This record gives sequence, C-alpha cells and structure tokens, in this order.
Amino acid sequence: MSSVVPFGPASAAAGAVSSVAAGPLVGNRHPHGGSRLRQRIERTGRVAIEALQAVGDVSLFFFAIVPRVFQRPARGTLLRCGYQIGALSLPVVALTGTFIGMVLAVQSYAQFATLGLESRLGAVINGSLVRELGPVLAATMLAGRVGGSMAAVLGTMRVTEQVEALEVMGADPIHHLVVPRFLACLLLIPSLTLMADFMGIAGGYLYSVAVLGIDHAAYLMHARNGVTGLDLAGGLMKSLCFGGIIAVVACHRGLNCRPGAEGVGRAATTAFVHSFVLILLCDLVISIAMDHLWWAMYPDGAGALL
Amino acid sequence: MTKSNGTAIHGDRDSMPLLEVDRLTVGFGDAPILRDITLSIRRGDTVAVIGESGCGKSVFMKTLVGLLRPTSGAVRFDGRDVHAAPDAERLAMKRRIGFVFQNAALFDSLSVFDNAAFPLVQTGGEPRAIRETVDARLREVGIPADAFDRFPVELSGGMRKRVGLARALALTPELIVYDEPTTGLDPIMSDVINELMLGVRRRHPVTSVIVTHDMNTARKVADRVLMFHPRRRLPADACQVIYDGPPSGLDHDPDRRVRNFVRGVAADRLAELAAVNQPTDASEIDHG
Repeated sequence: MSSVVPFGPASAAAGAVSSVAAGPLVGNRHPHGGSRLRQRIERTGRVAIEALQAVGDVSLFFFAIVPRVFQRPARGTLLRCGYQIGALSLPVVALTGTFIGMVLAVQSYAQFATLGLESRLGAVINGSLVRELGPVLAATMLAGRVGGSMAAVLGTMRVTEQVEALEVMGADPIHHLVVPRFLACLLLIPSLTLMADFMGIAGGYLYSVAVLGIDHAAYLMHARNGVTGLDLAGGLMKSLCFGGIIAVVACHRGLNCRPGAEGVGRAATTAFVHSFVLILLCDLVISIAMDHLWWAMYPDGAGALL
Repeated sequence: MTKSNGTAIHGDRDSMPLLEVDRLTVGFGDAPILRDITLSIRRGDTVAVIGESGCGKSVFMKTLVGLLRPTSGAVRFDGRDVHAAPDAERLAMKRRIGFVFQNAALFDSLSVFDNAAFPLVQTGGEPRAIRETVDARLREVGIPADAFDRFPVELSGGMRKRVGLARALALTPELIVYDEPTTGLDPIMSDVINELMLGVRRRHPVTSVIVTHDMNTARKVADRVLMFHPRRRLPADACQVIYDGPPSGLDHDPDRRVRNFVRGVAADRLAELAAVNQPTDASEIDHG
C-alpha cells in the first residue's frame, strides 16, 4: 500500500530508522560514498519529518474544529452542505450497495453450494455488508464524491482569496467553511451507510432467491440469525469515524491548497487518497476491537456454521 | 483599555495618525521582504503604494490589515497594535477596516446582494436595516437592482470589483485598503473605479491605502505616494521606501529608479536582468 500512497508516517518513519541504523556502518567502510549516503539519509529524514508534520498539522486542525462545533453554524450553511453531502450522494451509494450485495451472492454461491449450505448465504452476505462493506463502501463513495469536491471548493476559495476575505471581515474560516461540512459528514454518513446496507441486503436477497433459486424462507431465517444488533451498531460507529476523517482531511487539504489550478487538483486528489488510506486503517483498528467485543458478548457465535 | 485612557486618546484623536507602522519587518525564512519600515498615515489621507512586482507592497498591505504577522515591529491602528490585540479587540478593529481584493474575492456560493450584505449579517444587524444599507451601497457603486440576485461567476470583472467595493463599504469603515483596484480592467472601467474611489472619499470620511501599478490611479486619486523597492536588490542598510511625497513630485524626483518606474523605462532593469543571465557555475554546484 505504501508504494501507491505517498502518505503514511509509519512507513516513512520506519524507512528513516532503517537507513539511519545502516548509515554509520556503511559510511565508515566507504569514506567516499559518505556524502551521497548522507544525502540519502537526510532526504529520508526530511520525508519522515514532513509526514509527521502533516499528521500533527491535521491533528491540530481537528482540535481547532472541535470547540467550534458547539457554536451555532452560520445561517443556511449546514442545510446546504447537508444537501450536497447527503441527499446528492444517496443514489450512487444505493446503486453501489445493490451491486455489492449481488456480487457477494455470485461469488460465495459456488463454495456454499458444494457443501449444500447455499441457504446460509444470507448470513454471509448480510453479515459482511453490515459489518464491513456497507460502512466502507459508503465512506469510499463519500470520500470520492464529496471529499474531492470539498477540497476543490475550499482550495479554489483559498486560491481566489475568498478565505482571506472571510478573515479580513472578521469571520472565522473554520467556523464558516469547515464546521458545516464536518457536521454534515458526521450526521449524514450513518444514514448513507444504512442505505448501502439496506440496498446490499435487498440486492443479495433478490439475486439469491430470483436468480440462484435459493429458498427464500430459509435464506431470510439464516440472514436474521446471522446478524446481530452489535454488528449493525459497530458498522454505524465505524461510519461516524469515517465521516469525520473525510471532512477533516478534505477541508485541511482544501484550506492548505497551493496556488494555481494544479494546486487545486492536487488538493482534491490528496484529499481522496489520504482519507481513503485513513479510512482503511481506522477500519482495521475498529474491526479488531469490535471482533473482541463481539466474541465476548456472543461466546457461542450467532447462527454460526456448526 | 481603561476609560480614562480612552478619553485621553479621544482628546487629540484627530491629530493622531490613524495608522502607524513602526520598524516593521516581514519575511518568510531568512530573507525579509520588508525590513524596518517606519511610517505613519494621517486620518483622511489617500496613500498610493507603488513599486515593482516583488517589492513587498502586497505583503505590506496584508500586514496592515492583520492577514500576515510581522517578524518584528508593529502596526498600530488608531493607537492599538493590530497583531498584539486580544481576539475580541482585533475583531472589532477588522470591522473598522474595509478591504477590496484584487479579483474582488466574492463568495461564489452567495448572490451579489448576499455578498455585499455579508459583513452586516456577520455583525448581526436587523434584516430591514441591512437591506436598506446594502441597497444603497450597491447603487452607489453602480450595480443595477436586477443584478442583485445574480452570482459572482455571471458578472464581468468590473462589476465584480464594484461589488467587492460595495462589500468593503458595507460597515462604513474608517480605513479602506485597495489591492490593485484597476488591474485587469479596460481603461474606461479603470477610470470608473478611480472615480468611485474619489466618490467614496468625498462621501465618507475615510482613510485609504491603494496598492497599485497604475500610475493614473496614483496621480488621480492619491494625495501621497509611497514607492517601495525590492529588498533583495537593495544594499543591506538602504531604506526600502524610495519615494514618499505627493504624486506631483514623482516626475522630478532626483532618484533615477523613481523616474524610471513612473515613466515605464526599463533600461536599467534590462541591464540588471542581462547580468543575472550570465552563465555562472551555480548551476553546476546544484547538480553536483
């Protein structure tokens, strides 16, 4: 992943540590190669420092947003952002959700059918949708559709001095521009996730029953037994984190946009890439935690394949 | 600020300069863009700041209104330090300053009317009063009523600039700062903007700072001209303000750099550029 994504303090820092550790040894053996090696170490160190600075910068940005969330947002801004972020994302999230549900049915049918367990498909499809695919899919669509455009809009505002105009008029750019977007993402991503879950479940059911010919009563029974309330709640909790990540990263990239058309384009791209990586990282951490919690609550498993 | 202090300031308020710039140094990294600038601007004056690109006039202007922080030195607006003031006081100060951006910097998501009303809505005025003020300000700068509901992207450059001026005027500021008000406009629209700036001055008791390249603006609107010179092309201890006086004195100034700038003669600058283009071994060091 680190080769695709130019972000990630962990990988960059690890690289820096290893080259620093290798440095003095090699340097002693080849005195003439010292300067080049030194340059390389310096370069790696610089990348590590920049990556750490970026992480620190985003964190500070987040802590600047938090107290302002409790101030009343400027009139009309929250509704407009909510419409842009929530309502306009609904069709695309619903559509991708449906397809993912169907694809899950297609992919898992053969394996289960050989064991004669095809009626259990509902548990697998719905479980993976509610726990994992629904939240991640909704967040990915939101990061692409909304994160990129938020970064581009704020970037353009920065480049055309609109952000400075806010400042000279005594308006706080974070309160005016970031808080409504942050709140809209946070409040609406659970609904989008529910939509993705629902459409995925419907799509999986339709394909399984109508195309694959699985008995619908058995499918529904296993589907119901296979998914617990905790799965759904965990998925929704994840989506809240994802929504926060998307808004914070996109707004941060936008407000720190470099000048020119290229700067705006870069802000939009990095907003998507950085938030996507953070979403997956966050997903892994929460999934591990939720898994432990789940087994603590349901030691025998829920509708497991016994 | 204590009350007695306040009245003391009020006593000789009119004789006190509105803006005092005290040993101001602003820069990014090691090389300052402005160094040791000290000057003051009296109430009611219209000051044009001219100079070549890169001379620091934009940085000067942004530091005046508090958008940039100085490395050292201070800017005092009405006797109070702009950058050291606590947040609430700085906010109050910002509301007494109007800023007209180079490309107007209107908010794309708001209509012309809402853009001009923005500073008033910010201060929490009564809707009816806001409507009347904005209406008057927009008409003052010649925006027809049927354009009030249009969005900035639908406007011409000159119109955008005029809406930007109306927005800056909304709170009847004591200081208006214009960033290159006529850049990118045709000669007629440039003169319209010049006349508007003069009109603003006639109608409101306002102090203006105009950062411009346009000598017509400097001559027509300003009663004092400051000319800056790029720091990096000056000897270390030379003063960066190379002209400070009325516009009429520009043509006969003993300083050759001032006369060349005013007449648009590039001979000296071309010679400097030619010297820079001589091959040096600096590039080799870079690649080695």
